Amino acid sequence: MRLLKNKIAKRTMIVLTGVPTFLVLLIIAGLFLKARPILAENSFFSLLTSSTWAPSRGQFGLFPFIMGTFWVTLAALILAVPVSLLSAIYLSEYAPCRLREIAKPAVDLLAGLPSVIYGVWGMLLIVPLVGDYLAPAFGRSSSGYTVLAGGIVLAIMIFPTIISVSLEVFGSIPYGMREASLSLGATKWETVKHVVLKKGAQGVIAAVVLGLSRALGETMAVLMVVGNIPRVPKSLFDGGYPLPALIANNYGEMMSVPLYDSALMLAAGVLLLIVLVFNILARLFLVRVERRTA
Amino acid sequence: MNHPADGDRMRRRRLEEGIFKVLMGLSVFAVIGGLLVIIGTIVWKGLPALNLAMITQTPKGGYYLGREGGILNAIAGSFYLASGATLLAVLFSLPVVLYINIYARKKSRLAPLTRFSFDVLWGIPSIVYGAFGFIIMMALGLRTSLLAGIITVALLEFPIMSRAADEVVRLVPRELIEASLSLGATRLETSLKVVIRQCLPGLLTAVLIAFGRGIGDAASVLFTAGFTDRLPTSLFQPAATLPLAIFFQLGTPYPEVQQRAYASAAVLTVLILLISLLARGLGKRYTRHVIK
Repeated sequence: MRLLKNKIAKRTMIVLTGVPTFLVLLIIAGLFLKARPILAENSFFSLLTSSTWAPSRGQFGLFPFIMGTFWVTLAALILAVPVSLLSAIYLSEYAPCRLREIAKPAVDLLAGLPSVIYGVWGMLLIVPLVGDYLAPAFGRSSSGYTVLAGGIVLAIMIFPTIISVSLEVFGSIPYGMREASLSLGATKWETVKHVVLKKGAQGVIAAVVLGLSRALGETMAVLMVVGNIPRVPKSLFDGGYPLPALIANNYGEMMSVPLYDSALMLAAGVLLLIVLVFNILARLFLVRVERRTA
Repeated sequence: MNHPADGDRMRRRRLEEGIFKVLMGLSVFAVIGGLLVIIGTIVWKGLPALNLAMITQTPKGGYYLGREGGILNAIAGSFYLASGATLLAVLFSLPVVLYINIYARKKSRLAPLTRFSFDVLWGIPSIVYGAFGFIIMMALGLRTSLLAGIITVALLEFPIMSRAADEVVRLVPRELIEASLSLGATRLETSLKVVIRQCLPGLLTAVLIAFGRGIGDAASVLFTAGFTDRLPTSLFQPAATLPLAIFFQLGTPYPEVQQRAYASAAVLTVLILLISLLARGLGKRYTRHVIK
């Protein structure tokens, strides 16, 4: 009886263990299956490179949205990478225990805050900051709902990802290596530069790429501050319209215009593919890091 | 030995170290300060607009024009939604985590493949889950409803829950499992009576982390849960959620309603803070059955 129970449980568990792998494939298949109607009328490539977005006339060019995603993500990375890497180095190499104990929950909490909260905060603080101070400082007038505002909010949202992955990577570097460097007369910073960063380079790249793929898919917070203008942004002070915002903003109308839902599912599929490529790359890097230290 | 040029070089090395130390200090300050500023802004803007009616009443007629009512519909909706989704996610992820840690053989490729899939799933943006949930909803013939929302959010929580649980179960000492098996317990008995008990605090933390994500996520329920001013009474009715309530109230042109959006944001922030405090606290308590 007990053995029978064990056997039944084992079978069920085997089946369920297949679920995660299967689910990844199912999501990709589902989205592209739904996108088929629009792919039947236009080539995949022309949809990606056309800049006209006029659903009522049946034109679904995704290019402005892809560029919107690109610029917002780039802005976020430029802001987030130095700050999060320096923080991670400090927390792992320099910080006293007490500070580490404060910083860890803070980073976790930052990761746990809902994106709507980031959005509200961005509207309250970052949008006016960009509109009233930063844009005039560069001689531009702007409403504040810009690529830059999206980038700033997004940068803070990806701090936790980059910091916690980098911390894990730095933690996996054996202490003996640092001590060897220090005993040769290197200063602490030189040890960081030549030992920790060099040894952890792959892991750090992976951390940044994971942050990048988080940024690519972030929806609500960006949507609330980025302006949502379906044009290719020409500068940081222009509004942009990233892919996730496009999908989220138009769910209401998508059933009323022919091919609209199909176009949005295609947008989701494209976003998914981009994120997957970056994610899998980062994970492969991390697996190699793990193997080396194990 | 003490050449003047050496002293110069040493000074430059010290200077470089000093500059980077300052930069690093500023960075850590920016990260922690960022968190404090975000929470501070939300609470400072939200608290003045918050009153008892906001959290104990559903929206009355003309609520979105600035008349009476509250966001009880959204608070309740979010709780139902996140509870259902978390339950579903636990039901799916616990067996998988137990299997790859206790049943699968050491050399098996299944465990790394499954962990890799979880990592990949974890990286999929919630808006994509939303779109996929919408496809499932249509395929099942459902309309926007609490149930469709629960399924979608469960998908989103599945990898979060599993990764967190896997990390805990992985740390169970091999000897403990082997001791149980050698006493004649089956693997199922070992899983349920030894491993789960040993991991209980960590598993509860994992559940709460997933629950917190479920409550806070907006993009995934946009397509599937719908929105309503009433309290949901069945799985097949649409349900309001707190993040969407914030979003919609901000979208109105009336300052009074926007004030309420800030208040709702404060409610959500406090909820999330409480959940993560609870998750932290639980990790420390309920250790009665844990063998050290």
